[in-house]
Amino acid sequence: MNPLFHIGNYFQMLPKVFGKFTKWDVLKRLIFHEIDSLIISSLGIVSFISFFVGGVVAIQTALNLENPLLPANLIGFATRQSVILEFAPTFISVIMAGKVGSYITSSIGTMRVTEQIDALEVMGINTYNYLIFPKIVALMFYPFVITFSMFLGVLGGYVACVYGGFSTSAEYIEGIQMDFNPFHVSYAFIKTFLFAFVLATIPSYHGYYLKGGALQVGKSSTASFVWTSVVIIIVNYLVTQLLLT
Amino acid sequence: MIEVQNLSKSFGDTTVLKDISTQFDKGITNLIIGSSGSGKTVFLKCLLGLFEHNSGTIAFEGKPLKSMGRKERRNLRQEMGMVFQGSALFDSLTVEENIMFPMQMFTKKTTEEMRERANEVIKRVNLGNAHSKLPAEISGGMQKRVAIARAIVMNPKYLFCDEPNSGLDPKTAIIIDQLISEITQEYNITTVINTHDMNSVMEIGERILFLDKGTKAWEGSNKDIFKTENEAVSNFVYSSNLMKKVRQLYLTKK
Repeated sequence: MNPLFHIGNYFQMLPKVFGKFTKWDVLKRLIFHEIDSLIISSLGIVSFISFFVGGVVAIQTALNLENPLLPANLIGFATRQSVILEFAPTFISVIMAGKVGSYITSSIGTMRVTEQIDALEVMGINTYNYLIFPKIVALMFYPFVITFSMFLGVLGGYVACVYGGFSTSAEYIEGIQMDFNPFHVSYAFIKTFLFAFVLATIPSYHGYYLKGGALQVGKSSTASFVWTSVVIIIVNYLVTQLLLT
Repeated sequence: MIEVQNLSKSFGDTTVLKDISTQFDKGITNLIIGSSGSGKTVFLKCLLGLFEHNSGTIAFEGKPLKSMGRKERRNLRQEMGMVFQGSALFDSLTVEENIMFPMQMFTKKTTEEMRERANEVIKRVNLGNAHSKLPAEISGGMQKRVAIARAIVMNPKYLFCDEPNSGLDPKTAIIIDQLISEITQEYNITTVINTHDMNSVMEIGERILFLDKGTKAWEGSNKDIFKTENEAVSNFVYSSNLMKKVRQLYLTKK
């Protein structure tokens, strides 16, 4: 179908999410459930990837510093910049589009296919709010995941660099403190909040408007991952252009 | 009571329902029958307000659905209970939680009060000790009972069932049919059942609407259906040899 139709439909869906609110007692339980499913359960994979990619970034930087005039503390500096500015906020978000995004699409999509959404609608429930709003609130805790990723990425770089013999501990620590601009962290978190909204809403859209059966749930999960990633990359470009240039 | 006047519904260029007028009365089981693709589900979804009809009126106790505002529609939906073809139970909730769900959403009852009411309906639909089981852990027939219990827990004025006994063995199907029929009389509610199961038609079809290619082809009761000369109904109802013999026996007895 026409991509413009989907863009229009997506923006028409958003006000409905903030329409008639679900009863607070129920909503509170849903939010805690989503925090557990979307945030807490992602910490393991994010930690693993961040630690090892941080290490790889440090090794790659060290191997490319062929000029003996370049100081070894540049490894720490480059690792910090790469992890804080791009790797943790953007690439972890693309990975999360696969993990969290496909979970959201398939869970809402399965509810659509098995008529559970129709059952909620027949009861007079605002299904947009009931299904999507708790996910948006839960993903507002996503910067916590990214903070974790930043820390573990830099730590992974330290371990790879020091124990791999590319620089000393003091040089790496000096590097990660060098020319530190706090605004880069703010920039990373501004991006993260925007990505969190994208991560909650685009997969929800794909699940909510799914038509068909079980096969379509799989197809929609893939489409959701592709579109969430594309939007994250575009938003990343626009935010970088606006905030860093 | 639900009154339908000249109802039509199209999807793009395809007309699914054409000029249907009928009435569904309180305290009796109203059946919508017809072959696959005849428009039964679309008709039911129009009654539920899940699909907007293009023309005609659907009135609940004299109040047309289209003239209702958002709030009125939402209130009306809280007076409706629906049993879906696939039961549509919430996977992550236990049987008891599924039944308590509408009360949690729309009442200020305490957990104890909700549990008490849930137990009442669990007993009414003979669910035994399935309270703490998940929908995946119980049989299809039990799932239908849970769906019925969830649909009646708020004492609805209207009960809609979309093929409530599809996928069930004949014995369980009859039990489910009888349960719906008993509940309809007991609570004096307006029940509309979508089916193409001939056993249901014969067992509980107090008022039957036959749809053929999106139009109303016939209307009557399960007793009238034996006598009808309507070709579309005869072709549908008496398509099997068993049903032909049942009809012959009935007419000979008469």
